[in-house]
Amino acid sequence: MNAVSTTTVERVRADLVRARSARSARESLIKGLLFFAAMLSIATTTAIVVTLLQQTISFFGEISPLSYFAGTKWTPLLSGDQQSFGVLPLLWGTFYLTGIGLLVAVPCGLLAAIYLAEFAKPKVRKSVKPILELLAGMPTIIFGYFALTFVTPVILRDVLGIPVSQFNGLAAGLVLGLLVTPTIASVAEDAMRSVPQSLREGAYGLGAGRLQVALRVVFPAALSGIVAALILGASRAIGETVIILIAGGQSPSMSLNPTGSFQSMASFIAATARGDIPQGTLKYETIFVVGFTLFCVTLLLNAISTRVVARYRQVYE
Amino acid sequence: MSTSSAGPNPDSQTPKAPAEVGVSGSVTDLTPYLPPVGNEYDLEMTDPKGSAGVPDPVEVIFDCSDVEVHYGEHRAIRDVSLGFGLREVTALIGPSGCGKSTFLRCLNRMNDLIPNAKVGGHVMYHGQDLYADEIDPVQVRKRIGMVFQKPNPFPKSIYDNVAFGPRVVGMEGNMDEIVERALIRGALWDEVKDRLTENAFGMSGGQQQRLCIARALATDPDVLLMDEPCSALDPISTGRIEDLMAELKERISIVIVTHNMQQAARVSDKTAFFTVEMAEDEKRRTGVVVEYDATDTIFTNPSDKRTEDYVTGKFG
Repeated sequence: MNAVSTTTVERVRADLVRARSARSARESLIKGLLFFAAMLSIATTTAIVVTLLQQTISFFGEISPLSYFAGTKWTPLLSGDQQSFGVLPLLWGTFYLTGIGLLVAVPCGLLAAIYLAEFAKPKVRKSVKPILELLAGMPTIIFGYFALTFVTPVILRDVLGIPVSQFNGLAAGLVLGLLVTPTIASVAEDAMRSVPQSLREGAYGLGAGRLQVALRVVFPAALSGIVAALILGASRAIGETVIILIAGGQSPSMSLNPTGSFQSMASFIAATARGDIPQGTLKYETIFVVGFTLFCVTLLLNAISTRVVARYRQVYE
Repeated sequence: MSTSSAGPNPDSQTPKAPAEVGVSGSVTDLTPYLPPVGNEYDLEMTDPKGSAGVPDPVEVIFDCSDVEVHYGEHRAIRDVSLGFGLREVTALIGPSGCGKSTFLRCLNRMNDLIPNAKVGGHVMYHGQDLYADEIDPVQVRKRIGMVFQKPNPFPKSIYDNVAFGPRVVGMEGNMDEIVERALIRGALWDEVKDRLTENAFGMSGGQQQRLCIARALATDPDVLLMDEPCSALDPISTGRIEDLMAELKERISIVIVTHNMQQAARVSDKTAFFTVEMAEDEKRRTGVVVEYDATDTIFTNPSDKRTEDYVTGKFG
């Protein structure tokens, strides 16, 4: 009796003991690959930050941070007395054009989202949503030429009669808005669709109409996702390069008048990096300083969005 | 107010109003309907059936004849003919999938929200056919309140939850008073009067469900439809809601779908037993009413064998 149970114990144990099998070798290989993939993106980010920082530190060795952050004249490529390193015009161009864009994109995007989530028939939604997502993924160079060759001459000059220069912030900003509208609409629609049906039923059961259900129940219930959509749209606009490069002109400005030329941080980098500035010079380093500034602005925005989303997040069962 | 209920707590008669709420005296006209909102809850049932208390004949609120519902090709219920009276609690019981909820949702046109649902027959509410062409379903739902299976408060403050209905309906009057009155009728006021601005999601499940009842009562409906309102609640919360129903029926009608037969026996005056008919191909299931009678009769002396099997637990 005793002997039998002992052998049973041993047999069970032999079965259960971890064996150095082919399976465990394969598993550790896969685990290693996954780890490598995860590390790759972290390493890339780190490398980017290190590169930016190196040049930035070197830049601030020659130019005082005060004249960079508080200066109102950005002419780094000129020489002698004409040269000035005040980044404010670039920051202004970035935020001003983003603002014009959001002025278009926020109402259009949110209205489209409300329509798609609450009013559109399933058939309409099924065909419109992929088109929106396609639009969101369209190369921005197409938007850029659309702004330069259609919005500026036809819409702004001929139809609206606004005396804009060939390169102007208005066309760039408006098209920037068109660019981010689908992003905002799509993400906000997802957020509204994920509001549980039971809330809608509760509201309908109290005698609310469709618009009231959409605006008073679904919209507030989806608020965290909607804020995330807006911030995502804003970061996209802030980082957008080609539209402003092509349609917005290349002279930085701190003007409130959007009919003239503007330059944003991203479009400065693109315009300057393709030129023939010798490596290691101060002019060359400006690319990295502006890049680092842009990086920080985007990082800040993402941090804010994460906090806002966490704060207003409503978890439904 | 039911005479057998616990002596009303003096506090419940003169609710202590927060500063922003108007003088509590202004709601004295509602005193007859104030439930006993003491802290000590009388969990013993207070004879909600009020065996002798039901006035007879009752004023008919709902008169449904030959109601049938199709979901696309599929017929979910057929030939449902039931009437519900004022100050009556009617329980709809039966096995899962027999169409109790489907029928309940015909009564305030909630089925309109389901694409390709089609309702036939007549649902007469105070003599008016709710499915007549000129009827606006939104107006219907303003007068006929509904409470759902799972508590579904809005992610708003307690106050805003209750005020939602009155606001969308455009109810006149002092909103603070309307909210207070609804919460008192929902037997929730004492528990929440100091935290009206807090998010409703912070309440317990039972409180959330009473909030949903208070929310439905805020627009002063004369019928409350309850779709398994206690199925997600513990026995104590269930007891409170059953007490509440006994108080509410002093003034309004309640139609409740329940899977809990003891609950049906405790709270209802009349009971309708639904069952499922299998069509020949064994795929189509259609709900029908087997028997509709006084609750006592259904549970002690049913006339149909299927009802007896169900209420005695042999089936379902």
